[in-house]
Amino acid sequence: MVDLTPPCASAVDTAAESPRPSREGIIGFCRRQPLGTVGLVLVLVMAVAGLSAEWIAPYNPTSNDFAAMTEPPSWAHLMGTDQFGRDLFSRIVFGARTALIVGFSCAIIGGGAGLVLGVASAYFGGRLDLVLQRVMDVVMAFPLIIMALAVIAIFGSGVYNVIVAITIPLIPRCARVVRSSALAIREVPYIDAARACGFGHTRIILRHMVPNVLAPFLIMLTAFVGQAILAEASLSYLGLGVQEPTAAWGLMLQGGAEEYASTAPWIAIFPGLAIALTVFGFSLFGDALRDALDPKLRDR
Amino acid sequence: MYRYIVNRVLLVIPTLVGAAALVFVLMRLIPGDICEVRLSSGGGSVDPRAVALCHAELGLDRPLILQFLDFVWGFFRLDFGTSMWSGKPVAEEIAARLPISLEIAVMATVVAIAIAVPLGTISALKQNSWIDHVVRTTAIAGIATPSFWLGIVAILAVLDISHAVFGTPWMPPIDYVPFWQDPLRNLSMVILPAVTVGYRYAAVTMRMTRSAMLEVLREDYIRTARAKGLLERLIINRHALKNALLPVVTLIGIEFAFLIGGLVVTEQVFNLNGVGRLFVLAVQNQDYTLTQALVMLTVAVFVFANLVVDLLYAWLDPRIRYG
Repeated sequence: MVDLTPPCASAVDTAAESPRPSREGIIGFCRRQPLGTVGLVLVLVMAVAGLSAEWIAPYNPTSNDFAAMTEPPSWAHLMGTDQFGRDLFSRIVFGARTALIVGFSCAIIGGGAGLVLGVASAYFGGRLDLVLQRVMDVVMAFPLIIMALAVIAIFGSGVYNVIVAITIPLIPRCARVVRSSALAIREVPYIDAARACGFGHTRIILRHMVPNVLAPFLIMLTAFVGQAILAEASLSYLGLGVQEPTAAWGLMLQGGAEEYASTAPWIAIFPGLAIALTVFGFSLFGDALRDALDPKLRDR
Repeated sequence: MYRYIVNRVLLVIPTLVGAAALVFVLMRLIPGDICEVRLSSGGGSVDPRAVALCHAELGLDRPLILQFLDFVWGFFRLDFGTSMWSGKPVAEEIAARLPISLEIAVMATVVAIAIAVPLGTISALKQNSWIDHVVRTTAIAGIATPSFWLGIVAILAVLDISHAVFGTPWMPPIDYVPFWQDPLRNLSMVILPAVTVGYRYAAVTMRMTRSAMLEVLREDYIRTARAKGLLERLIINRHALKNALLPVVTLIGIEFAFLIGGLVVTEQVFNLNGVGRLFVLAVQNQDYTLTQALVMLTVAVFVFANLVVDLLYAWLDPRIRYG
C-alpha cells in the first residue's frame, strides 16, 4: 500500500496559498496609495507615542501644577495646560497608550472571536450555522454604543470593562463578514481536495479556510481599531469609560473642556484632534489596504 | 410579494424575543443582589425581611421563566415598570423626552441626505478629480471625528462668532419648546445638534452613494442610454441615480437606528434633556429597569427600521421579491 498522504498534503496545502496580488512591498503601497500612506504615518506616529510615552512626554501626565493652570500653548507646555495645571501634551501622549491598548485589544479579541465563529459557521453549516446566525442577528440589533453602555451598566466602568463592553458588539460584525467570504471559499475545489486527502476539520479550517479570508479580515481589523478608539473616547467622555487619573482622550474632553471652552479652548481642541486624527489615520489606511488587497476594487 | 412580506414580518419575532432574552440575562448578571445594593446604599446592614419584601415587590422571588414572560408581556403593553431612581413609571420618563430626540434624529437625517446624495453623486461622476478627493476626505473625516468633540467645537464657534458680530455671546436655548409654539426658538436649539450628529451620518451615506453610483455607471444599460444619445442629465437622474439609491436607502434606514447611539453622546454636549441623556443617567444611577427599557426600545427601533427598509427595498427592486 502506497502512502499517499505526504505528497497529496504538500500539493493541496500549496494550492491553498492564495496568489498574492502584489509583491511590491511597502514602497509600492506608498506610491499607489498616497492617502493610505498619510493614514499609515498617522497610525505610526500614534503607535510610537503610545509605546514610548515615558520618553516623549516632558511632564508626568497626572501631576498637578497649580502655578500653571489653564496656560496657553507655549514652549514650556506645547499644547498648554488644563484646569489642574497638567501638561496637555504629556496627557495626549499617554492617552495614545490608553487608546492603543483599548483599540488593539478590542479589535484583536473581537476580531479573533468573530473569525473563529464566522469560519466555523460557514465550514460546518447546517444547524450550527443557523443557530449562530440567529444569535449574531440578535447581538447586531444592539447599536455598538448602546450595547457597550448596557455592559457597563452591569460591570461598571474602568479600562478592562470598557474593553469587554466594546469587544462584545464587534464579534458579530466580524463573524458576519468572515462567514460570507468563507462560504464562497468552501465551494472551491481545493477544499474538496483537502477533504479527499482525509485532513481533519482543524487542519482544513486553519490551513485552507482562514488564510483565504485574511484579506477582508485584516481590512475589518483596521476599521475595528478606529471604531474601538472612538467608542472608548465616547464612553470616557460620558464618564462611563476609563476613569481619572488615567490619561485618556475622551476623559480630557469631559468636564473642564466645556467649562473652559471660551477662556481656554486648547483644552477642548487638542484631545479632540488627537482622536479624530488617529481614527482618520486608521480609516485611510484601512481603505488603502482594501484597494491593495482586493484587486477587483483597484480602479474604483 | 405577499409571501415575502409575511416571511419578513415573521422574522422580526425571533430577533425581538432573542434581544429581550439577552437583555433579561444581562440584567441578571449584575454582581450582587439588586435589592441588597439598593437597600445598603446608605451603608449599614440589610434587614433580610426588607430584602424579601423588595424581592416580592420586583417579582424576583418568582421562577425565572415567569419573570421573563412578564418582562416580554410588559413590553407589549408598553408597561416597563417604574424607574428605580425617580420612582416614576419608565414609560412616562421616556415619553417626556422622546419628542426632542426624535426631532433631532429626523433633522439629522434630512441634513445628511441633503448633503450626501448630491455630493456622493458628483464625486462618482468626477472620479479621481479634486472634487472627488475633497469629498472622500471630508467623508472619512466625518467618520473619524467624534460627535461630542464636533459639538464642543461648534458651540465654541457659535460663541466666538456671535461675540464678534453682536458684541454679546449667544448660546442656543436649552429648554425644549415644541416646534408649533415657537418655530424659531425650536430650530435654533435643534439645528446644531442635528448638524453635529448628521455629519457622521452624511459621511457614511456619501461613501455609499459614491460607490453605488460608480458601480451603476459601469452597467450596460448606461452605455446603451449613452449610445442612444440621451442627455447626460437624463442618464444620471433617470437611469443611474434611481438604481444607485437602492443601497443608499438601506443604509439610511439602518443608520437611523444608530443615530440613537450618536444622540446619547450629543445630547450630553448640548445639555439637552432627551432620551440619550436619560440613558446615560440611567447607567450612572444604576437604574436597571430604566436601562433595560431603553435598550429594548433602541433594539425595537433598529429591528423595525430594518423591516421598513427591507419592505421598501422589495417594493423598489422586483428581483428581491421574486428571488
